[in-house]
Amino acid sequence: MIPASFDYVKASSADEAISLISEHGDEAKLLAGGHSLIPMMKLRLAVPSVLVDIAGVRDLSHVEDRGDHIAIGALAKHRSIETSDLLIAQCPMLAHVASKVGDPQVRHRGTIGGSLAHSDPASDLPAAVLALGGSLIVQGPNGQREIAATDFFTGYFESALAEDEMLTEVKVPKSPGTNWNYQKFNRRAQDWAIVGVAAAQVDGAMQVSLVNMGSTPLRATAVETALASGASAAEAADEAANGTEAPTDLNASPEYRAHLARVLTKRALEASGVE
Amino acid sequence: MPPYCWRKGSTVEISVSVNGTQRTSEVEARTLLVYYLRDELGLTGTNVGCDTSSCGACTVHVNGESVKSCTMLAVQADGENVTTIEGLAPSSDELHPMQESFREHHGLQCGYCTPGMVMAACSLLDENPRPSEADVREGLEGNLCRCTGYHNIVKAVLACSGQDVS
Ligand SMILES: Cc1cc2nc3c(=O)[nH]c(=O)nc-3n(C[C@H](O)[C@H](O)[C@H](O)COP(=O)(O)OP(=O)(O)OC[C@H]3O[C@@H](n4cnc5c(N)ncnc54)[C@H](O)[C@@H]3O)c2cc1C
Ligand code: FES
Ligand code: FES
Repeated sequence: MIPASFDYVKASSADEAISLISEHGDEAKLLAGGHSLIPMMKLRLAVPSVLVDIAGVRDLSHVEDRGDHIAIGALAKHRSIETSDLLIAQCPMLAHVASKVGDPQVRHRGTIGGSLAHSDPASDLPAAVLALGGSLIVQGPNGQREIAATDFFTGYFESALAEDEMLTEVKVPKSPGTNWNYQKFNRRAQDWAIVGVAAAQVDGAMQVSLVNMGSTPLRATAVETALASGASAAEAADEAANGTEAPTDLNASPEYRAHLARVLTKRALEASGVE
Repeated sequence: MPPYCWRKGSTVEISVSVNGTQRTSEVEARTLLVYYLRDELGLTGTNVGCDTSSCGACTVHVNGESVKSCTMLAVQADGENVTTIEGLAPSSDELHPMQESFREHHGLQCGYCTPGMVMAACSLLDENPRPSEADVREGLEGNLCRCTGYHNIVKAVLACSGQDVS
């Protein structure tokens, strides 16, 4: 399978990439690791006429300590997140979740920025950043803005990124220790989650998010509210599917997904130290 | 604008180090790395199995790391170092230790998955020189084999890391 023809341009800076996508509008797409975009182009589900390759943009692959949070460049690869000593020490959940993405080959190419911008409700890293209460720095022709992860995912494969904006950095709060867990349920190696649950204690509160339980990655607000009012892990987990509209596909019916969400939430909460 | 399928995209000059030799070519931007290697450079050791990023038969190294060359554009390899199965052995009459170990432990039957499997296994040992059996099984999850049932592949990789598999 070969993608449809396109023009290819390499951007050497974020500014250059933004001016190229502004110039070409919705005909153009940014190319990072290509591990979502190229498969879609091969299937002709995406047919951009211009690809702006940002992989060569320097200074966007960092993982840096910024006091109360860690800043991760949009072009940091899954593999470098998985193996970052800083993340393993200060935000172990993110490092762990990165190690659960696809297979080693995918993790050698895919980037955190591409994963978040792609906004696939079945992806792992968006749910992790959401559970951590992280935020995203995006840059456009008129400068930068910061978007809370809770406001970023707006629809099925849709995000708050404007057409002429590029995601440059992801910020996650420091959350060391063992009060976190990620449950990824799938039936085949290297597959996306049929349902996933991320739980993390941040500033004393347990935050929970769901993978593949709706058109976007979701915060399990019903679970969080129950926990805040003193519910046990089992009681709170019963709320996991409340307010969700789980998709149906070959792998699972919405009812089965709702069941998985409850079971996995209970496991994730218990493993995070909630009794 | 005419329908996209009639549109001609740009061609790009790329310069890639392939198995230690600098190669410069003019490629259509949409050319996948695997077809560049196979059709343009004649390096047909790298196989195409699924063409959908699932099977790992097309695994090569880019800057020493395993990647699926059906999921990468040739233009993305511009300026990078690519190693294919042809570039692994030290000479034409000597196998790479991983190849030798696959032979020794019967890590292949039809051989279709083998080039990708060997490349993935080398990248795995680079990152984790003494993996457990579970590490090997997980580390090769991006590579499918329809013949061997994996046991002997896992054995070959463990043996190549210097561990006793008898
Ligand atoms: C075989 C296989 C298995 C996989 N399994 C999983 C899995 O289990 N879990 C999982 O979560 N993911 C999985 N993935 C997806 C993988 O994680 C992708 O790498 C990731 O989703 C996209 O990152 P990328 O850098 O490859 O982005 P690209 O494919 O380059 O881009 C994806 C989209 O994001 C846009 N984009 C990229 N970077 C930016 C940016 N900085 N700013 C704005 N827009 C941007 C692009 O224009 C495009 O629309 C799998 C992929 C494959 C091929
Ligand atoms: S041919 Fe590339 S992964 Fe199967
Ligand atoms: S040996 Fe036949 S597919 Fe692996």
